[in-house]
Amino acid sequence: MSASWAASPSELLMQLATRAAVRKRSAVRRRLTLISGLAMLGLVIAAVLLAPVLTGQSATAIDVLHPLAPPGTGGHLLGTDQYGRDLLARILYGGRIDLAIAFGATSVTLVGGTVIGLLAGYVGGRLDSVLMRIVDLFFAFPFLVLIIAIIAMLGPSLFNMFLAIWITSWVSYARIMRAQTVTAKKQQYVLAAKALGYSGFRVMFRHILPNTAAAVIIFSMVDAVGNIILAASLGFLGLGVQPPTPEWGSMISDGQNYLLTSWWLATLPGLAVVVVGVAFSLIGDGLADILRPGDR
Amino acid sequence: MSSPLLTVRDLHSYLATGQGVVRAVDGVSFTVRQAEVLGIVGESGSGKTATCRTIMGLMPASIVHTGGEVIYHPHGDVNLLKLSDREFQGLRGADLAMIFQDPMTALNPVLSIGDQLIEAINAHSKLTAAESRARAVELLERVGIPAASRRMRDYPFQFSGGMLQRALIAIALASSPRLLLADEPTTSLDVIIQDQILSLLLELQQDTGMSLILVSHDLAVISEMCDRIIVMYAGQVVEEGAAADIITAPRHPYTHALLDALPHSAARGRLRSIGGSPPSLVDVSPGCRFAPRCRFVTDECLTWQTELVEAGERGHAARCWRHQELAERQEPWQHSELA
Repeated sequence: MSASWAASPSELLMQLATRAAVRKRSAVRRRLTLISGLAMLGLVIAAVLLAPVLTGQSATAIDVLHPLAPPGTGGHLLGTDQYGRDLLARILYGGRIDLAIAFGATSVTLVGGTVIGLLAGYVGGRLDSVLMRIVDLFFAFPFLVLIIAIIAMLGPSLFNMFLAIWITSWVSYARIMRAQTVTAKKQQYVLAAKALGYSGFRVMFRHILPNTAAAVIIFSMVDAVGNIILAASLGFLGLGVQPPTPEWGSMISDGQNYLLTSWWLATLPGLAVVVVGVAFSLIGDGLADILRPGDR
Repeated sequence: MSSPLLTVRDLHSYLATGQGVVRAVDGVSFTVRQAEVLGIVGESGSGKTATCRTIMGLMPASIVHTGGEVIYHPHGDVNLLKLSDREFQGLRGADLAMIFQDPMTALNPVLSIGDQLIEAINAHSKLTAAESRARAVELLERVGIPAASRRMRDYPFQFSGGMLQRALIAIALASSPRLLLADEPTTSLDVIIQDQILSLLLELQQDTGMSLILVSHDLAVISEMCDRIIVMYAGQVVEEGAAADIITAPRHPYTHALLDALPHSAARGRLRSIGGSPPSLVDVSPGCRFAPRCRFVTDECLTWQTELVEAGERGHAARCWRHQELAERQEPWQHSELA
């Protein structure tokens, strides 16, 4: 039967009911993105903070009798690595460092880059030219090479790694934010805010920033995961976290050699990175929805 | 006659663009008196909006050269063009307020109506949170928004165009300005809402005793609302005078053509339009700028050093050297419907 011209009353009711249900579900789902992301991240944070409770094992103690033990054997829930170190303990304790990198490195560059981009875009003129040429300068160098050069100069340590990321990564935020600000500046609501006698500071931070922050916030979630990977690359080069301190990235690169024989070495810390990555992405999407009330 | 509030003298606003220097405002002078409604009328691109924005100091400073004087009288004759950013900030919103063409984009989309209104109230006064909230609700009620206290929480996208313009008027009035510039406040609204908004503006103007500059391309709207009218063409004032004089006895051919172009309900047939289009404001030729489109153009018009010539009582003036002759030759203008 063709429903296009004749639908029974019960069918109509059904249609209405489904439509209402869909609408309700989509409203919940939008919040759900953020909530599930926060929940995932919350679980990860709780797990790494409660590491001593969750596992009695040490992250650096070597069990000489059980190297490369598969998960569940030899008294190691997730198995051991090539030196016989407990993988669960290493993932949990390593998570502390990785999350510190994700938050510590990213938050500073997010705030710094956003403010610089906002200023450049809003004030314009000479300040804009100078700041953007500095940004160009940073973009002209291969990112990783620049970071390696800075760490090589300062000496390898966790703090110097942070410093190197802070010095180099704000430029992406500044460039995104500047472009957004230049567009927003021409909007009538900015003109209207100026016409009401609001200060430049107020116009920038209360009127332009909330309308443009979505882009940098979403980018920062990707960047946070990127910074974990970066820390892994630096660890691999011996410039980041120094062994035997556990860190997901270096665990993955160490485990690569054993991928065909002992898959868990690289796969399990890899999964941890994936979980954190997904959590950050969900938070980014969820925040973007909340920051733009008009798109509902 | 009440005392002057704002005197604009020989105002220039030139924009440096890729095509050259655009003379958006080119020697505009007028006076706004206290509690007066002044209408500025003209085609798109005649410099109406640029004039308003220059007065408010809202032209992009990087590409604009401004000259002349905008004297604001209440605080001891200050020239607005000479004020520092900080000094001007204290006047904007507090003494001078402006409402914009398109209410859909003139409010910040991510802040609720109530927040934006309270922000405007707090910008120039010191009230407690409860007081400013109460004042916000009161203002929303005053501009005719039903269930005002509930709608404070709404975001701009939840308001219709007419409601948004009402909210914008409320925001503009937050600090009881002495002068309100309304830049085509109803252009993007439908006719019914347009009428409501204009009545509201007039009512508020009468209640508060503020002065109002109403900008429009619609001479019918202007003539109904304003005490005095300025007609602008190509960045210049071509005619000014009392509303009744302009409508019943226009002296400039452009004003006449504008009145002629209005649709009359009694007269059937095609609307009479003005042939041609406004001149480019980049290469301004000497002489009368309306000459290329004027029915009465002579050779002298092309070289005449234009100036506003006295053309009647109550400060009636026109930028046409033949206005006397043309007025005598023509039948009285037939615009009874407006008068």
